Amino acid sequence: MNGVLSFSLVAEALARLGRMTLFLLQLLVQCARALARPNLVVAQIYNAGGRSLVIIMLSGLFTGMVLALLGFNLLQRFGSQEALGFAAALALIKELGPVLTALLFAGRAGTALTSEIGLMNATDQLTAMKMMAVDPLRYVAAPRFLGGVIAMPLLTAIFDAVGLFGAHTIGVRMMGVDNGSFWSQMQASVGLNDVMEGVTKSLVFGFVCSLIAVYEGYHAEPTAEGVGLATTRTVVASSVLILLLDYMLIAAFL
Amino acid sequence: MDEIQRPLEAGEAGGDGPVVEVRDVHYSVHGRVIFKGLTLSAAKGKITAVMGPSGTGKTTLLRLMTAQIEADAGVINVFGRDVAQMGSQDVFAMRRRMGMLFQNSALLSDLDVFENVAFPLREHTDLTEPLIRNLVLSKLNAVGLRGAAELMPTELSGGMSRRVALARAVVMDPEVLIYDEPFVGLDPIALGMILRLIQQLNQALGITSIVVSHDVAELASIAHHSYLMADGRIVAAGTPAELARSDSPIVSQFMSGKPDGPVPFHYPAPDIVTQLLAGEGA
Ligand SMILES: Nc1ncnc2c1ncn2[C@@H]1O[C@H](COP(=O)(O)OP(=O)(O)OP(=O)(O)O)[C@@H](O)[C@H]1O
Ligand SMILES: [Mg+2]
Repeated sequence: MNGVLSFSLVAEALARLGRMTLFLLQLLVQCARALARPNLVVAQIYNAGGRSLVIIMLSGLFTGMVLALLGFNLLQRFGSQEALGFAAALALIKELGPVLTALLFAGRAGTALTSEIGLMNATDQLTAMKMMAVDPLRYVAAPRFLGGVIAMPLLTAIFDAVGLFGAHTIGVRMMGVDNGSFWSQMQASVGLNDVMEGVTKSLVFGFVCSLIAVYEGYHAEPTAEGVGLATTRTVVASSVLILLLDYMLIAAFL
Repeated sequence: MDEIQRPLEAGEAGGDGPVVEVRDVHYSVHGRVIFKGLTLSAAKGKITAVMGPSGTGKTTLLRLMTAQIEADAGVINVFGRDVAQMGSQDVFAMRRRMGMLFQNSALLSDLDVFENVAFPLREHTDLTEPLIRNLVLSKLNAVGLRGAAELMPTELSGGMSRRVALARAVVMDPEVLIYDEPFVGLDPIALGMILRLIQQLNQALGITSIVVSHDVAELASIAHHSYLMADGRIVAAGTPAELARSDSPIVSQFMSGKPDGPVPFHYPAPDIVTQLLAGEGA
């Protein structure tokens, strides 16, 4: 009985993965065509990115402040509080920046994308486009997907920068870490490899979050309830996948 | 005169040939039978009305005609071609020759009224901006909403949305216009205007029109040919005058709007007394 249940769960998950892959292939074809009309994509970068900016900056600031407090407390025990700049930068660039940005993005922009597309479907707008011989995958889905993929690394960079500012403010101004060694330790020890790891993560997360958000919106049951459920699925699936992929990427970069 | 004698190409079935032809179509969703042997056709250059009680599948019929869904059995020919045989490119090509007015307008919510009407032009033509402006404003003027060009769809009433949707449906000069319940929720002035518009588009431009509705009186005033649909098939057909004179019980029930008769008012359900008593027992 249990075996049957878990088998059907696995089968369902696989079927879903298959549908998503098919959707992705169709989407990628349309992305090439959507790029020929960049103004739609730019509008969606603003939609996904610009509107998440405030929450990303606030969260980055607090994360940096927390890092500085915790890090200072930890490093002080070994008498190496001068390494605070290095420690905060590494934690932000490699791990917290990409992951927290992606989680916030899924909650802010991902849900907005899903419910927007779901509502367009529920109010026959996607059908109307099809009836006007316009493929909604090209006009609606592809620009939103691309906008999310492009916005995520930019948001992550902003998160990192604001986070460092927060760490610097607490570490140097409040805790009295030497300003010179804060920056020089960071410069000396953070390598290109670390930055590449952060960039790779943010690209992967951007891809996954945008794909899930667009897919769920596009396939939401065309009712108020269906759109609500799809929005929830977007957050849950994105969050779990972000953390899972995070682990896999760390392992890959070790 | 030789010109007229040449054999007709497919899709051009000249004169009064049908633009849309539905033959013996069967269709069901989720085990519920919607159509069982539906047959009708829409003649070129004419206004064809399809009437029927709410929930008989009028919207479903339009979705079948425009290849949004597939029939279980039967043939649907549009412009002389079987829609079941069309690839997606053919379907898009067919739809470019059609305009459709949706029951719930379906305006694009992120564009304003002007851009909604301009949408098909921007997607399918390379017209210059001044030309697009002229076209859009003249279509909006025809539906009396030139002044509303800047409004967003959420700022429109239901009737206004319908009129914008109509302007959008005609902006590409389609050969066929499909109207799904165009009269619902309109005040008498807007209703008269839409009626006149449908008629003018048909008479002046020769646009073949298919109007689906349950408003018998309105349809009768403009239709050349009417079908009455009930129980998954066509139960009566003819000119509006012929239908009005018909002494068939189904037709007279529908035309005079009585709840009792061959067309059931109720969605299929168990006997009410049985159901209520069963509820008491539980
Ligand atoms: N996706 C669906 N799933 C289940 N049933 C459906 C679906 N779409 C339509 N139906 C059923 O098909 C029938 C016909 O629906 P349709 O929308 O075509 O009716 P209609 O004639 O346009 O009605 P109205 O005049 O109210 O617009 C309805 O009884 C409806 O319950
Ligand atoms: Mg309907």
